[in-house]
Order: sequence, then structure tokens, then C-alpha cells
Amino acid sequence: MTGAQILIESLKREGVEVLFGYPGGQVLPIFDKLYDSDLKLILVRHEQAAAHAADGYSRATGKVGVCLATSGPGATNLTTGIATAYMDSIPMVAITGQVKSFLIGNDAFQEADVTGITRPITKHNYLVKDVKDLARIVREAFYVASTGRPGPVLIDIPSDVQMQDTEFIFPQEVQIRSYKPTYFGHPGQIKKAAKIISEARKPLLYIGGGVITSASSEVLLRFANKIQAPVTWTLMGIGAFPSDHELSLGMLGMHGTAYANHAIMEADVIIAVGARFDDRVTGRLDAFAPNAKIVHIDIDPSSISKNVAVHIPIVGDAKNILGALLEEIKKAPDTKEWLKIVDTYKKKHPLIYKDEGKIKPQYVIEQIDKITKGEAIITTEVGQNQMWAAQWYKYNNPRTFISSGGLGTMGFGLPAAMGAKVAFPDREVFDVAGDGSIQMNIQELATCVANKIHVKVAILNNGYLGMVRQWQELFYKRRYSHVGITSPDFVKLADSYGALGIRVTEKKDVTAAIEKAINTENTVLIDFRIEPEENVFPMVPAGEALNRMIEGLA
Amino acid sequence: MRHTITVSVENKFGVLARISGLFSARGYNISSLAVSETLDPEISCMTIVVDAKDEKILEQIKKQLNKLIDVISITDFTKREHVERELILAKVNHSLKDKAKLDNIVNSYVAKIVFSKNKTAIIEAVGEQDNIKKLLEELRRFTVVELIRTGKIAMAKGDTQDD
Ligand SMILES: Cc1ncc(C[n+]2csc(CCOP(=O)(O)OP(=O)(O)O)c2C)c(N)n1
Repeated sequence: MTGAQILIESLKREGVEVLFGYPGGQVLPIFDKLYDSDLKLILVRHEQAAAHAADGYSRATGKVGVCLATSGPGATNLTTGIATAYMDSIPMVAITGQVKSFLIGNDAFQEADVTGITRPITKHNYLVKDVKDLARIVREAFYVASTGRPGPVLIDIPSDVQMQDTEFIFPQEVQIRSYKPTYFGHPGQIKKAAKIISEARKPLLYIGGGVITSASSEVLLRFANKIQAPVTWTLMGIGAFPSDHELSLGMLGMHGTAYANHAIMEADVIIAVGARFDDRVTGRLDAFAPNAKIVHIDIDPSSISKNVAVHIPIVGDAKNILGALLEEIKKAPDTKEWLKIVDTYKKKHPLIYKDEGKIKPQYVIEQIDKITKGEAIITTEVGQNQMWAAQWYKYNNPRTFISSGGLGTMGFGLPAAMGAKVAFPDREVFDVAGDGSIQMNIQELATCVANKIHVKVAILNNGYLGMVRQWQELFYKRRYSHVGITSPDFVKLADSYGALGIRVTEKKDVTAAIEKAINTENTVLIDFRIEPEENVFPMVPAGEALNRMIEGLA
Repeated sequence: MRHTITVSVENKFGVLARISGLFSARGYNISSLAVSETLDPEISCMTIVVDAKDEKILEQIKKQLNKLIDVISITDFTKREHVERELILAKVNHSLKDKAKLDNIVNSYVAKIVFSKNKTAIIEAVGEQDNIKKLLEELRRFTVVELIRTGKIAMAKGDTQDD
């Protein structure tokens, strides 16, 4: 078989059904073989979108997402998408063409040192120099991408290697002597943790994306119920625990709920699961959770004690460790008093907004939640739209909130929605967008229409790069430097792509528009003209202690 | 504070870049780095001397290194009995009447003159960094015109690799 055939065969053996990509000179042999294969390639309009779509597909399904691009400009266009997946630990395999082996290093036409460029933004990468290594490398790439702390892996394949012939041997086993992720927690540490949890008075669960990655939602629910501890989550942890549960505190951190932030500052034992104490979560580090002993469960040892000193580190898979802890904890802590205190926080500092004047973005999200019964997959762009989507939709299931957390990539939402919708054509997929962000990958409307990927885009159009404007309002004396942004007529634009565009300027028309979008068999874009200077509250100013929030409303 | 670690890695292209990239991306300073093949030609060993403000940073460096797929093992010599050595070559200009003095100094270290012509000598010296430092101070009496150092290499005491 040729290298190109081996690649396709290996992808099929890995269970790949769909990939997102874009052709070019150095991947022609692969595209030629794709022509005869039953692998489905979705032709995007920009390689960045191929990476985000593969990422969205992966976040929605838990499988490895795959994208494909040519050498040079094709590969460099992938990088923002790869970095996005890297920061959020998303399993992805990115395949790039490379100039012919003997031209590498000669500044050949469309050559870029792609393994060099992507080294800091991949979990691992490969340059295939010999076709005999290709099947093994593909196997390894999927294994590395999806095990331990997942992440993107890149395979760079020179075009002559794609054409060379060799025998196809797909290895059964992966043997990497230096790569042995730890899946089971240290029993001694688990005992210690069980002890301090049993003795806690004010325990709190702080959970992150790792709970979703390790499919731990169920065991987490049992665990929380057993120890009767309130649960708060990071942006990446949204959906891992049902928001309608009585122990739910919602998201914490910079734009988290005030009650979650007060609770974590008051807790005496914090059980952190698959979360990494990001600066957006902790606020001022030296003031973070001053009374708490911290148990930290994470598969990545380097996440432990990186930002916050941890009392009991437990390295391993969250599902196994939570299971072991459940067995080990004989006596649940008495948290009645604590839950009462937390309840007073909830009553005193609810998540609210003033529903008056123009369309409020929070209202739009609430209506999407109502109409989709909280069952849609929501992707987001970045900015205020993302925070409102995080705060006001009620997620009750993992893998229903898909957002660029670590990198905060504008332009992520639409292609990610595309990937999610390809994985689940029968589910409702909404991209909650800002008028700024949507313009970063709006060309993907064409991909959606051409492939009947009927995602719905809800643009919260405020005429501003809203989140930046909010910072300028609060911390730069309202000097709005270059944050007013113009947009095309989104309705006409949707129309010219063959999608449906709807404009909503009054609150009374919001629900009808959402219903129409859902009932239309097409890609739909709704341009909600919202209150231009609405802010996201609560807000912890950068570098402040978590409980020093601007709550917005008196 | 300076810490010495050795990292054994797969002997493949790009690995050195991965390791040095890890240091530079996090702003950790490598003060010396020596790399070569080991007994097993598929494995290379790197001895890295790193400036780490505190133990916490050193811990993070080790964890991050361990995360790299090509890293097989890491040995930290901070709290371990070990042998460490550095090799230098120093080119020294001297007056002819000082040659005997130079010979004297060289003889009192693990060092020798490996090339000598007229008023120039190349000195090879091996030792712990403190000794090397002392030798270099003594050589200041002459004119050191060129100096090349290998950087430190280190090996744990004990009778197996893991001791
Ligand atoms: C690619 C990229 N460039 C710049 C930024 C910085 N940034 C963060 S939020 C934001 C404004 C987003 O504006 P918009 O999409 O209109 O959303 P809004 O905040 O108004 O909801 C910007 C520019 C970013 N996150 N990503």
C-alpha cells in the first residue's frame, strides 16, 4: 500500500468516520485516496475552522477529532485550533502534508517547520520520515491523544512518503516505554483524603473539565450526595454536575456566581477534581480559600501544586479515585449547618439582571434554555456572550457546553458547533456568538449550508467587542479605544450563503425567532440587537480576592 | 539556587528542541547542558544544570519534563550522593619565563597541557566545578585567550543505575 492508503486504513481502524480538512499540493496523494474511501471529509472554508470543528466533534462525543491540511499555509492556519485544543486538553489528531523529504530544510515552496511550530502547542508531534513508520505513528498518535491527560497530536507527512509503497502492518499494541499515565490513585493518599473529608465541617467540591474527560459525572453525583457537599465548577466543568441539583452552586471565579465565590472562600476542605486552579478561578492567589485544606485529584501531576499549594495530592483518573473515595468514606461529614450558610449566600447574592429597556442578552439565553428544555448543545464564541451562555443556560449533562476555556479563542464557536452537529445531527446545536467573534470564522456558514449542517447561531449583537469594552468602562474610565465594531447586514449575509437570517430588535420577538430557528430545516443565524452596554456581573477584577466582587446591581 | 538533573530521553531528532523549548517557554534558565548517547544507542542522557529559585520550581520542571513523551526518566541530584565533573579547554598565553609556573599550577590539578608552542599552551582540566573555578582563578595570572567548557555531567553513587 502507499503511505496515503496506509493513513486512510489506519484512520478507519481507529474508528474515524469523519474528518475536517482542506486540500493542497502536499496532500494530493491523500485526497486522491480519500476519493475512493468511505471516510467522510468535510471541506471547510479555512483550516482554522477544520481544527475547531474536529475539536467540537471531540468535545461533543469524547472521541478523537481529526483534521487535515496541506503544508505551509494550510498547516499554519491550523495552529490556533491546535493551541485551543491543547489548552483545554482535547484529544485531537491533526494531519498535515509536508514538502518532499529531500526538500525539507531548503525553504521549498510552501514549506514550514510544522513540527517546530507546533511543538509547544501539541501533546506530542511526529514528522514521518519513513513510510514503514506511518501505521505505527498513527496508532501511537491516537493513543497519546486520548489517554492520560488528553491533547492534540500532530502528524506531519512529506508528500513523497504519502506515495511510497510498503506492507501495511497495523500494530495491535502501542509500546511507548516512557509514556505510562497513572490511572489509580495512591491508596494511602485516598485514605488520608477520606479522613479529612469525614472530619470536614464545610466541605466543597470544585470540579473542572477533567470530570467530563474521565466520564465521572455519575460517580461524582453519588459522591456529592454522599458527603452532602455543595458543588461549584469551572467554565470547563459546566455540565459535569446537574445545575438543577440542590447542591449546585454554579460556576465560580471571575464571572462565577457570588455565592460560589463566597462559599469557596469559606470552605474548610476543598475537593478539587480535574480542575487546575486557573487564575480566572482563584482570583488573588494569596487570598484564595484561606481556611481550606485542599485535596486535589488530577491525572496530570504537573497540575498539582502548580498554583495553589495542595495538602493531599491524588494523581490518577477521577472516576477511579472518586469511586475509591466513596468506598473509603465510612462516615459522611455533618454539613447541615454549612448548607444553611451556603443557602443564605444564595438568597443574599442571587444571579440577576435588570430586565428592562432593550433586549437583554441574559433573557435571550434564558429563552434558548426554555425552548430547548436545557437539552441543546451550546457552543460559544469568546467574550460576554460566552459568560452569559455559561451563566444563564441550565446545563444538566456533560458535553453540552462547548467553549474555548484556556485559550479564549474568538471564532471558535461556529466551527465547533459544526463539529458537534456533525456528530449529533438530531440534536439542537446553538452557537452563542458576539458580533465581533462571529466575524472571525463566519465563512463557515458556507460549509454548514453545503453539508446540511443545520446549526443555529444566536448573535448577541451589541455593536462592541463587548468584553473589552466592559474592561475599558470599568478600569480605563470609559475610554472606548477601538472596541466599536461594525458588522455586515447579518440577515443578508446569511441569505447570500443560503442560510436563513432573522433580525430581532424587540424583546417580544425573541422567543418566536428562537422557535422559528429550531423549526427551520436550515442553518439559521439570528441577529439579536441587544442592550449595547450591558455588562457581565458578578465580576472579580483581575488580581483581586475572589470574594471582592463587583456585583453590578444594588 | 543551582540544581543538577539528568534526563534520559529517546535518541531521536527534535528531542533536544522539545526539552530546551520547555525551559524557554516557562522562563527557566538552563545554566549548563551536556548531551550524549548512553550505553544504549537508542537513549541519550542530558545533564542539565538549572537555576531554580526554589524547590517548587524545580518540582514543576521535573513534572513538566516527565510529561514529554520522549522523556524516559529523570534523576535529581539535589539530595543524592553523586560524582560530578566538567571538562574545560583553556588557551593561555604566557611569557617564556613563566612557563615553569604554569606547569606547576597545572600539575597541582587534574589537568595537563595538551598543546604547547612558543608562548601559547592549551590546558585540559577535569574536575568538580569548584576546582575548575579555582584553577581558572589561578590561570588569570597569565592571559586566558580562549575558554571552552563542556558543562557539568553527573552520575549517582551506588551500584546500579537507580541507586
Ligand atoms: C482571537 C482573539 N483575539 C482577541 C481576543 C481578545 N478578546 C476577548 S473578548 C473580545 C471581545 C469579543 O467581542 P464580541 O465577539 O463582540 O463578544 P461580546 O464580548 O460583545 O459578547 C476580545 C477582542 C480573543 N479572545 N481572541
